[in-house]
Amino acid sequence: MSEPKPRIAVLVFPGSNDDRDAALALEGLGADPVLVWHADRELPDVGAVVLPGGFSYGDYLRAGAIARFSPAMRAVADFADRGGLVLGICNGFQVLCEAGLLPGVLRANESLSFVCRDVRLRVERNDVPSLAQCEVGQRLTIPVKHGEGCFLADPDLLAELEEGRQVVLRYDDDNPNGSLDDIAGVVNAEGNVMGLMPHPEHAVDPLLGSADGALVLGSLVDGAREALHLTASAPA
Amino acid sequence: MRATILVRPKPGILDPQGKAVETSLRHLGFDVDGARVGRVVDLEVEASDPEQARAEVERMCAELLANPLIESYEIELEEGT
Repeated sequence: MSEPKPRIAVLVFPGSNDDRDAALALEGLGADPVLVWHADRELPDVGAVVLPGGFSYGDYLRAGAIARFSPAMRAVADFADRGGLVLGICNGFQVLCEAGLLPGVLRANESLSFVCRDVRLRVERNDVPSLAQCEVGQRLTIPVKHGEGCFLADPDLLAELEEGRQVVLRYDDDNPNGSLDDIAGVVNAEGNVMGLMPHPEHAVDPLLGSADGALVLGSLVDGAREALHLTASAPA
Repeated sequence: MRATILVRPKPGILDPQGKAVETSLRHLGFDVDGARVGRVVDLEVEASDPEQARAEVERMCAELLANPLIESYEIELEEGT
């Protein structure tokens, strides 16, 4: 009997545009993705949640600022509080920062230009669920496509992030947006919530130029599978 | 009551928009320095007195209108006639 597929929620906000790509990539990696509309107040029974890229609410005010008030985001915050696995990609990362689920903020690129190209990333940690399939120091080629991906934190917060090893991905000698300390991805203190600007869902097949994104999403699928098994085997 | 909220990038925070505006102004021959670009929010707030209005707008700033990591804000109240 084949193993049941772990269910993963992909949130859809008005203006999300990578939701289907994320779902397709997750499906290819053995998950059962389910699209969840932003107005839904509850999440289905899932092992992980993905906040996809796009321009939720037109990026009005600040990227991600409005999406965080979606009913579904309250459910995501509760899910994260209970230790649930959450991955924010690009706009999803911006939403997680605005919602306070991740530290820091993403601002307009230093160049003020939209960047859309492959970048090289350096993996700083693999002891967080969403990078478990990677090696520390491994270089990943994954595309970015954003206008507001410059990660900023004040000196105190930055010191705290470094101290807590919360910077998990850095641009490797090719910083596309002016991010502080080449930061491309961070996790919360517990490690269950991760955000990154590059798009792993666009790099899951060598045909697309790289399949390195599959290591990130595959890690998430593994984590979701584990979470659901743990839930299933927990004593009633 | 009419409120105007000025949201600015905090000092020291990189403001590429301000830089671009400054560069353009210089190209036009203006002798300028330190240009920063923020945003203005005008709104009507229902309140019985200015203190209550200010408290309401403070909450709006904290919860949505400004990101305290990168932005500071100033509130101006214009009492209706």
